[in-house]
Amino acid sequence: MMTEFILILLGTILVNNFVLVQFLGLCPFMGVSGKLETAMGMSMATTFVLTLASILSYLTYQYILVPFELEFLRTISFILVIAVVVQFTEMVVHKTSPLLYRVLGIFLPLITTNCAVLGVALLITNRSEQTFLSAATYGFGAALGFSLVLVLFAGLRERIAIADVPVPFRGAAIGMITAGLMSLAFMGFTGLIRL
Amino acid sequence: MSIVLTAIVVLLVLSLIFGAVLGYAAVRFRVEGDPIVDQINALLPQTQCGQCGHPGCRPYAEAIANGEPINRCPPGGESTIQALADLLDVEPLPLDGEHGEAKPPMVAYIREDECIGCTKCIQACPVDAILGAAKQMHTVIIDECTGCDLCVEPCPVDCIDMLPLPVTTQNWGWIAPPPPTLVADQRGVS
Repeated sequence: MMTEFILILLGTILVNNFVLVQFLGLCPFMGVSGKLETAMGMSMATTFVLTLASILSYLTYQYILVPFELEFLRTISFILVIAVVVQFTEMVVHKTSPLLYRVLGIFLPLITTNCAVLGVALLITNRSEQTFLSAATYGFGAALGFSLVLVLFAGLRERIAIADVPVPFRGAAIGMITAGLMSLAFMGFTGLIRL
Repeated sequence: MSIVLTAIVVLLVLSLIFGAVLGYAAVRFRVEGDPIVDQINALLPQTQCGQCGHPGCRPYAEAIANGEPINRCPPGGESTIQALADLLDVEPLPLDGEHGEAKPPMVAYIREDECIGCTKCIQACPVDAILGAAKQMHTVIIDECTGCDLCVEPCPVDCIDMLPLPVTTQNWGWIAPPPPTLVADQRGVS
């Protein structure tokens, strides 16, 4: 029982990392990784949204859509769920941390269109023999993987910002190259465990 | 036909539930005013001098929150600009010369023999630091004076001087060295 959850966590954080292996959620990955503090704030907001959204979409799918035989509605209802969770998160962040709200700016409402969030919700319903706890673990693991990669990448970009980069590669170009190298490194986890 | 109807009803109910949750959250997490303005206002020097083009420090804080440049506060000088840049996560700018030069802390001094008691400087003072009455000699409460210069202009006999604040053991402060500039080309040279 316990090993199953650890396997799910490892699988979503390292082996099937949503950003670097499945290439979902690249927009905030490139957009909010300029400063480490901002990246940490974004990670926390996304972790909250991803976990809550995957739990809620699992519940919606399992207890509303399946009994009414409305599985074809899952994309639209998941988007509804995600939009609500993001809106809620935005209100909470605005209330509790106005500075973070200001720094994240447009990227906070843009979590709605973060394809990793919808991707996780859809993948959860695709997996067979899914329980409530494993769905929650899956969403949380995906969020942890996103946070880990985002924070690592922000740290790298802070170092790159003061490094002597050749002129043609400055700015977004070296960011893309770095992301590619990180992705290669994460490919190395393939085969660590089978999901 | 019935499946379409079910789909519409289910989506409608879902939307209503989520709408109710959001409506409750909007009331529960209502934000009064803009909290960032208070944080900016706390960093400004509170001289109320109006050199930034606003009637006081609080209006300037509101203007900064709405996107005005952070380099229009001469009394605050470089240290205020640096603190604002850190708070708002923007690049620090050099002080905007249009709004005045940075000066050491000053205090107004009224040459009391020449004062004619016109009360014009009392009306100009934003912090009520000048004491006096009509036809009576005026004087400045040094502890209250913010050194904003606003009383110098209205004085008809030019009896107000701006003097640098005398340095005492109470108000002496360590002068911060300039921040180190990190240049990539200098790595490993020294």
